[in-house]
Amino acid sequence: MTLRVDYYPTRTYQGYKLRPGHPLPFGANIIAGGVNFSVFSRHATSCTLVLFEKGASEPLVEIPFPEEFRIGNTYSMIVFDLDVETVEYGYRMDGPFDPHAGHRFKPEQVLLDPYAKVIGGRDIWGTPPNWDEPYAHRGRLAFDDFDWEGDKPLEIPPEDLVVYEAHARGLTRHASAGVKHPGTFVALREKIPYLKALGVNALELLPIYEFDEFEHSRLNPDTGDMLMNYWGYSTVGFFAPKAGYAATGKLGMQVDELKALIKDLHKNGIEVILDVVFNHTAEGNEQGPTISFKGLDNQVYYMLTPEGYYYNFSGTGNTLNCNNPVVRNMVLDCLRYWAAEYHIDGFRFDLAAILGRDPWGAPLANPPLLETLAHDPILAKCKLIAEAWDAGGLYQVGSFPDYGRWSEWNGKYRDTARKFLKGDEGQTREMAQALMGSPNLYGSRGATASINFITCHDGFTLNDLVSYNEKHNWANGEENRDGGDDNHSWNCGVEGATDDPGVNFLRRKQMKNAAVMLMMSQGVPMILMGDEVARTQYGNNNTYCHDSELTWFDWNLLESNSDMLRFFKRLIAFRHAHQALRNRWHLQGHDQLATGYPDISWHGRQAWQPDFSQESRTLAFMLDGQHARGGQQPDDMIYVAFNSDWNAHGFELPQLPEGKQWYAFVNTALAFPDDITEVGQETRLEEQHYILVGERSAVILVGR
Amino acid sequence: MTLSTDTIDGMTVVTLSGDIDGKTAPEVQQHLLPLIEDNNALVLDMSNVNYMSSAGLRVMLLLYRQAASQDSQLALAGLSEEVEDVMAATGFLDFFTVASDVPSGIAKLKASA
Repeated sequence: MTLRVDYYPTRTYQGYKLRPGHPLPFGANIIAGGVNFSVFSRHATSCTLVLFEKGASEPLVEIPFPEEFRIGNTYSMIVFDLDVETVEYGYRMDGPFDPHAGHRFKPEQVLLDPYAKVIGGRDIWGTPPNWDEPYAHRGRLAFDDFDWEGDKPLEIPPEDLVVYEAHARGLTRHASAGVKHPGTFVALREKIPYLKALGVNALELLPIYEFDEFEHSRLNPDTGDMLMNYWGYSTVGFFAPKAGYAATGKLGMQVDELKALIKDLHKNGIEVILDVVFNHTAEGNEQGPTISFKGLDNQVYYMLTPEGYYYNFSGTGNTLNCNNPVVRNMVLDCLRYWAAEYHIDGFRFDLAAILGRDPWGAPLANPPLLETLAHDPILAKCKLIAEAWDAGGLYQVGSFPDYGRWSEWNGKYRDTARKFLKGDEGQTREMAQALMGSPNLYGSRGATASINFITCHDGFTLNDLVSYNEKHNWANGEENRDGGDDNHSWNCGVEGATDDPGVNFLRRKQMKNAAVMLMMSQGVPMILMGDEVARTQYGNNNTYCHDSELTWFDWNLLESNSDMLRFFKRLIAFRHAHQALRNRWHLQGHDQLATGYPDISWHGRQAWQPDFSQESRTLAFMLDGQHARGGQQPDDMIYVAFNSDWNAHGFELPQLPEGKQWYAFVNTALAFPDDITEVGQETRLEEQHYILVGERSAVILVGR
Repeated sequence: MTLSTDTIDGMTVVTLSGDIDGKTAPEVQQHLLPLIEDNNALVLDMSNVNYMSSAGLRVMLLLYRQAASQDSQLALAGLSEEVEDVMAATGFLDFFTVASDVPSGIAKLKASA
């Protein structure tokens, strides 16, 4: 450490040596000989640093910030000779309690630093907290010297991604996971070989910022089960990983454990995308607890009505005031921190439409936060993915302000694919758009603006999409009122599990058909954890409150549904093998390269004659591989046909160029093991001009 | 924290007893640094260390690197299951030569000498 001439105390307070601190960076940072504390409040009248011995209820000391330690609206101080491993800290802010004016200062409450990098208090998942502890979520210090050994974010081109959406705990919590520390980051490392073998190259984790699983915890009146916040869409601290997701969380080492996981994923070619929730916090509305922002500067951090109540565009009680310049900078600091310190490859923004609202809730034409993130130098190669709607009715799928950088969870893709899958009429035209990466939505932005998905954590699993007509959310304790009703699902004849072999065969086929849609679409496919082995949640489409076998990945399914797993693996491998499926820009339907074929052509029961009529449930397309990636990386011809009708139909095949023949890769009408071949081992068709596509089936052919 | 040094089979073996945390790490560092400079191989008997904190792990890694930088070797022998788990979870274990006990630590270092 280079010696500095200014790191000496200028005063002492109750035996603690102090000096004025650095206002930047915000938060508590370990420096030579001490810790630099810095916190913002515009409307506070005074600020006190409160230090604790780890876990203690009573403070070690409360150090008021002397007036000369304040610069502008920041309070900063260096405290020397602290034991950085055992100290916890928080702040008291004095100021007006005047809700009408937006102020809710509460000096009796010790407040969590919004920039805290480690947060204690929920160290082991599910351990009931001491409800009488007045300072529940406690700031701690983090070492930032993890040795990355040359690792950096992978920067996989978006068109090459196959995203796997998973719950950090749920993936390994089930007894069948066979790991030493179930439900933790280190356990997830043990499952990297599985992810790699499946073929996914991006792991999108549900929120891993510190949250309180005991928020709104309650017993289910019917079953007596403990209901808690399992999903974690309720942030306590934006800079701290969830301690309870780390086996070493009880020792405060979650930062290193998470970094070790990310480093290992990167070593195996898998990116890490975080689901981040900047639209609201865990502090709720007027009735909610004061944890941090509310007591630091309520009027700055939250969107408030003219009367001082909380706007509720998030549906959870409050709305973070993210286009206030101070809050905007906090969001930016946070994402930069995760990108630079944790090597995160991308972010998926929960209810991102809120990030485009002004402090009074009105949608902005040019939202400063979204623009800032799009142009930020540190985030420049990070994937930025918007959930382009919010709970206040702002729906921006296809119109989210993108600045050439943002992609979107394509909710319209999901709905169209589901409707086409179950045989709704009038879907073929929309489905054709979906298969092309939705040029109708993202014409100027390219196919990779579209994150394609049929299922995600929010809603039915793939198995349940083909097994239930209605949601079955009774276990959530709200009399089945919660959760969406617009599932576009079809149970194939029986509601729920059945031993009817015909129904079960149809369900399997439907799941495979869905997988074919997803993997044959231009854009970025996303798979929900466990869909590859037909995981069920028994018809519950809103499992946010269940930390149980209902939501955990059951690893026994690898064996019992090995046919599904094999199908997914091969299909993903096929996608990776064929660049014609992975174009960054939209295909045009023209023959720009004069190959004799358009880049994409549409077909039906007659070649070259797609049927886009209202009654049509058949659709086929052909990709001319010579056009792949603008002709730079030539590929085979690929032909895909869908028949969502309940009758089998013959499809006339388009004529291949001289010397090429059609080979069958997938036919979902056929039972295992004939449903799919190995990639490269496709079977030559006896009949080269015609193929029968069974009822509710899909085929994939390769022309080479 | 107590540290004691022995010579076994011609190899210097240091036995550490107690926790290695922010408070004891400087002492560990002070004791081991000169030994690293004087020896080209060192076995640390960790079987009486029940806890290593973040600061403890960091000091051990610095010592290990110090040894490597002067072509000497360091092996951790007899890690408790708890300590080894923590080291594995946080990624620190990957950096070290580890052995189940002192004799196998000696054998490992002799084999790679």
